[in-house]
Amino acid sequence: MPEKRVVLKNCGVVDPGNIDSYLANGGFIALDKTISMTPADVIDELKKSGLRGRGGAGFPTGLKWEMTNKAPGDEKYVLCNVDEGEVGTFKDRYIIQNDPFSLVEGIAIASYTVGAKKAYIYLRAEYNEYKDGLQNAINQSNEKGYLQKAGVDIEIFEGAGAYICGEESALIESIEGKRGEVRYRPPFPPTEGLWKKPTVIDNTETLMNIPRIMSEGAEWFSQMGVDRSKGTKVFSICGDVQKPGVYELVMGTPLRELVEGLAGAENVKMVQIGGASGRVVPYENIDTPLSFETVLGAGGVMVFNQSRDIIKIINMNMEFFAEESCGKCFPCREGTKRLFEIVTRFSEHKAKVRDIQALEDLSETMMLSSLCGLGQAAPNSLMDTLKFYRSEYESRIQ
Amino acid sequence: MNSVIQEALAHNKSGNLISILKEVQDQRVDLSKDVMMEIARNTGVSFSEVYEIATFYSFISTDPLGKNIIRICKSIPCFLKSSDVIVATIKKELGIKPGEITSDKKFSFHLTNCIGACDMAPAMMINKKRYGNLTPDKVAKILGEYK
Repeated sequence: MPEKRVVLKNCGVVDPGNIDSYLANGGFIALDKTISMTPADVIDELKKSGLRGRGGAGFPTGLKWEMTNKAPGDEKYVLCNVDEGEVGTFKDRYIIQNDPFSLVEGIAIASYTVGAKKAYIYLRAEYNEYKDGLQNAINQSNEKGYLQKAGVDIEIFEGAGAYICGEESALIESIEGKRGEVRYRPPFPPTEGLWKKPTVIDNTETLMNIPRIMSEGAEWFSQMGVDRSKGTKVFSICGDVQKPGVYELVMGTPLRELVEGLAGAENVKMVQIGGASGRVVPYENIDTPLSFETVLGAGGVMVFNQSRDIIKIINMNMEFFAEESCGKCFPCREGTKRLFEIVTRFSEHKAKVRDIQALEDLSETMMLSSLCGLGQAAPNSLMDTLKFYRSEYESRIQ
Repeated sequence: MNSVIQEALAHNKSGNLISILKEVQDQRVDLSKDVMMEIARNTGVSFSEVYEIATFYSFISTDPLGKNIIRICKSIPCFLKSSDVIVATIKKELGIKPGEITSDKKFSFHLTNCIGACDMAPAMMINKKRYGNLTPDKVAKILGEYK
């Protein structure tokens, strides 16, 4: 199955620096159509489409916008999450480099629909090089009057190097000028978000889908995909592959098509999908269809060939979480450090007899009691590899 | 020092400490205790509130930074493409280890987590610019442009 470029349809086709090029390719038709509809009808269309968040959590977008639209108050916000810190994930980077106008249009539509007069694009510090291109797209859209039509002012807020700020409430804390510490929920952003006001926060790719759905219709969108995974998914693939890069596939496409078909990987041992917090798929399961129901995450795919040391990979994953934990809740603050400490023992062939049980108990505790997805998902690759490659761990016990 | 702080405050009237600290640091004013105290005084917050921001974010440092800040990605995708060789190259070229600053303060060298350049691994940043598909020769050439 070849790529299906829906989100990425303008990449390499439209000049990312020129709004006239965007307009000549159907740009802002969706926004014009949207503002002739009521917000309630827009929300209806979105709900019918079945669009779910593309940043990893997969929350239904229509429902999120509905909750924010219905929340009382005049001061509302739309936030676009370009914090993309998940390891091996660069799809949002590719999007902002190649089609920032579609993103601006998606943000404008979201703002109109929920009644937000201010929107922020949270751009991770590591992507500063792409800031001018984004700002240019905002400026040109403004000059042509599109942002006024939607009634929104869009501003870029730059991060300062913190993986946890990709988590929605930590991102909000960061815009408020604080440490990126995760909030206790409820309340959730649709009722109390930025400055405690109703806020929609969506991933870059999610917002890229909006102009597509509003121009082509919910029915067109929902005909693609499987089960409760409608539409397409943009993947970034790297590691032991011949053609690393960004590819877009219809939901439900087998992993093999991406890894071997498009990226040209050979001699694959295992694949990790969804970054450091992602699920591990051993090669024997390479035909797994990619969807929310199976494995997806935000779409970052790392491929490991037969030469790779599994324990070393997991050790690096654990080190990442120990470093990036915000430190607020103890299951994660302490747990990520212990996971790293114990897996390091395996890495050094000095594991103790009770270490596997310790890892399993600790993982279960973190998955149940961590405040956010970081602590909850940190043990994923560890648990998956213990399941599929237990003998690797056992052979390292002293 | 004071004028840099005043400018940063003027550019960030909202008082967002992250933006203020980054701007002061961008002018290469080290975020010493005195500088952080001055920022605290001018924004009406406590020193500890400034300190807690400065120590949370990896792109903000309470240690002196070089004129040029080198950040090498140490995450898995770059590791698979031998980022350790790039780290060794920088060590050799500049004579410093990760976390250190050259005696002439021209360069400081840091390891960082995934910067989203995995399709051109191994990769690094120097200040705000990104470089990928690195080899020891390429690194030497790039460093030469900053020396």
